[in-house]
Amino acid sequence: MCPPTGEVDDGPEMDLEESERATADRDVDPGEAIPPYAVTDGSQFGRRRFLRVLGLGTLAVVPLPILPELMRAAGLAEGQPEPVHGIGEPARTRDGRIRQWTMIIDLRSCDGCQSVGQPPRCTAACIEGHFAPEPMEWIEVYEADLPGGGTQFIPTPCQQCQNPPCVNVCPVGATFSTPEGTVLIDQDRCIGCRICMAACPYDRRFFNWGDAPIPPEALLADYSPEHQVPAKKGTVMKCDFCPDMARTGTLPYCVQGCPNRAIYYGDLEEDVATNGRVVVSASRFLAENDAYRLKEDLGTKPRVYYIPGHGEAVGRDVFTPDRQPTEWPWMEWAEGAVTWQR
Amino acid sequence: MAALSEWHGRLEETALAPVRRTGLRYWALVAFLLAVIGWGAYAYSVQLRDGLVVTGMRDRISWGLYIATFVFFIGISHAGTLISAILRVSQARWRTPVTRMAEFITVVALVCGASFVIIDLGRPDRVLNVFIYGRWQSPIIWDVLAITTYLTGSITYLFVPMIPDLALFRDRLAGRTSRWRGWLYRVLAIGWNGSAAQRRSLASAIGVLMILIIPIAVSVHTVVSWIFAMTLRVPWNSALFGAFFVAGAIFSGIAILIIVMAILRRAYHLHEYVTEKHFVNLGFLMAAFAAIMIYANISELLVHGYKLEEGVEFHFRQIFLAEFAPLFWFYLLGGLVAPIVIALLPATRNIRGMVVASVLVTFAMWIERYVIVVTGLHVPLMPYEPASYAPTWVEWSLLAAGLALFALLITVFTKVFPIIAVWEVAEDHEAMVGAPGAARRAARPAALETQDV
Repeated sequence: MCPPTGEVDDGPEMDLEESERATADRDVDPGEAIPPYAVTDGSQFGRRRFLRVLGLGTLAVVPLPILPELMRAAGLAEGQPEPVHGIGEPARTRDGRIRQWTMIIDLRSCDGCQSVGQPPRCTAACIEGHFAPEPMEWIEVYEADLPGGGTQFIPTPCQQCQNPPCVNVCPVGATFSTPEGTVLIDQDRCIGCRICMAACPYDRRFFNWGDAPIPPEALLADYSPEHQVPAKKGTVMKCDFCPDMARTGTLPYCVQGCPNRAIYYGDLEEDVATNGRVVVSASRFLAENDAYRLKEDLGTKPRVYYIPGHGEAVGRDVFTPDRQPTEWPWMEWAEGAVTWQR
Repeated sequence: MAALSEWHGRLEETALAPVRRTGLRYWALVAFLLAVIGWGAYAYSVQLRDGLVVTGMRDRISWGLYIATFVFFIGISHAGTLISAILRVSQARWRTPVTRMAEFITVVALVCGASFVIIDLGRPDRVLNVFIYGRWQSPIIWDVLAITTYLTGSITYLFVPMIPDLALFRDRLAGRTSRWRGWLYRVLAIGWNGSAAQRRSLASAIGVLMILIIPIAVSVHTVVSWIFAMTLRVPWNSALFGAFFVAGAIFSGIAILIIVMAILRRAYHLHEYVTEKHFVNLGFLMAAFAAIMIYANISELLVHGYKLEEGVEFHFRQIFLAEFAPLFWFYLLGGLVAPIVIALLPATRNIRGMVVASVLVTFAMWIERYVIVVTGLHVPLMPYEPASYAPTWVEWSLLAAGLALFALLITVFTKVFPIIAVWEVAEDHEAMVGAPGAARRAARPAALETQDV
């Protein structure tokens, strides 16, 4: 497609010369039949000019794929650091190492809140603390069948994977891993394509399909990816692991809410975890109790560990199925809000 | 020679006819399509106001009809590449009269397909974030890259071989048409005068483009499949997916091309140029791709079904026995087996048979996309009751609007641009008439052409 000569001059007289050459070309090439509809109307367009227009036209659209880089270079992406992080500096141990948040869920102590006769308190505490819209259960208590019959309850927050499939697929970096090992979502950047929901193997991502019902006080909250209040229509939400609370020495809502103290929260870097009553050495606690992670074979490397069990430590009978359905307390407060089923 | 110029005149008149005369039925069709699109716009405004809650999608089946339609449209965009690039490379001469239509379909289908991604977004107002914050690690960005490249490539590839025909329009319609048309053809013909030098440039430009466009087209539907295959979902966990999607894309592209050919042939009296031969040849190609699809399905299903890993049993049950069984069996029998039977039986190996097969294939391939998307998400990931999904009126309306937009753009294109590659058809004709021994070689195709008129 390149012009045959190396000339770069493109002054107006060039075109005349070009046109002449084109005519000459035609003269020395008499065998080439000119179709009856081809009119030579004395136009100044020669072969080179024709090629130039063609080439420029193509070049004009070629940059499309590199547009993102160009826009970034032009500073259009200013305003937000990249990648986005939560508001806080990462928490550090006394000797300056970044804390690695973890959660250990002792299934021996989880009875799905059957003994208190209420919907699971971890879910309820999380919903109240985060003003989580109906029908989101950022920590959801699944009821799974046991191999020998009966059921067990599995409280399931976001697994905070260290090889997170959701982060890998996000087109805009709206969901990201933090130095503390958590996975957060920036709802101010999310475009709502939902590929992260397709990618998450734990069903732990929730979409704001409509204007979520939230209480008025949620609107006063300071939004940050670590504190996803208020909910924003058309974006994805999930458990954020409450790193903002952990930094101030407060345990996440779900840990506080558990009546059986089945959920431990801690820091792998300092090897410590607590359920609010006892403090354990995380590594020892995990090793001694045969801890496992959900769908370990997928290679997602979750930060949430489970100690196998079915509520036996709190006297649960595995053949008593069902837990109370989750409730969202602000339905009657939020007038005109729409809800949806999961 | 007189016969040749008379033949030329007829060809030009056929090409110019859509531009010269516009009947009432045309405007009625445009009005109808605009009405459907308007209804879709209303549905979309409802969705913008209330959010995606107006669709049937929910957290557990978070993609549905929109994404299926997106995949379908991007798939049929492969019609143009197949017909005009692959067949051009293999020098299949019979393709020339239908190349232009195929290239129209490509560009229009890409535009329609891309719009369904926007429609599916929860925050279409932030779509520019894709460019501002785009991450190369994301399959969505691969898609944006591949589809924009393919769109630019196919617009160029539509435009470049059309230049001589635009010049023809410029010359034949000079002073006899509205000012904007005159201006449009003058600008787009970029000074084409048919000189030997220009024709050589054109030939080399087309040569470069047709080679470039083939890998681009293959990459497009491969990365579309990777949106699914890059996730940890059982039914999408397949290394075959890229090739499978590309084969399906070309398969559905041929079907749409046959349908569009049949409609334009009747509407614009192209019987002399678009003949039964084209339908039958394309029908054979379609049958060949149906065979490839059958092979891919067997390979895919047997490899998964034999081992029956976790989740696969649920998947097989849903596609063969439960919710999706009617759709999936229609796809297998009506969409893959039937076209082969129709192409093989002499009784149905004609225009009507091929059009029927194409309609079946079009439905089946849309259904296949739908089944792939929805069943992939339907397999439960955790111990919960499987979710259900049914598209709402908003989604169906937008699907109708998308198809109407596709039809409208093609309809408008045919009124503005030459629907037949006049110069290529003429060149072929001349080569056939002018070359020694041409009479002998021309005899058979000519007979085929006349029996059909």
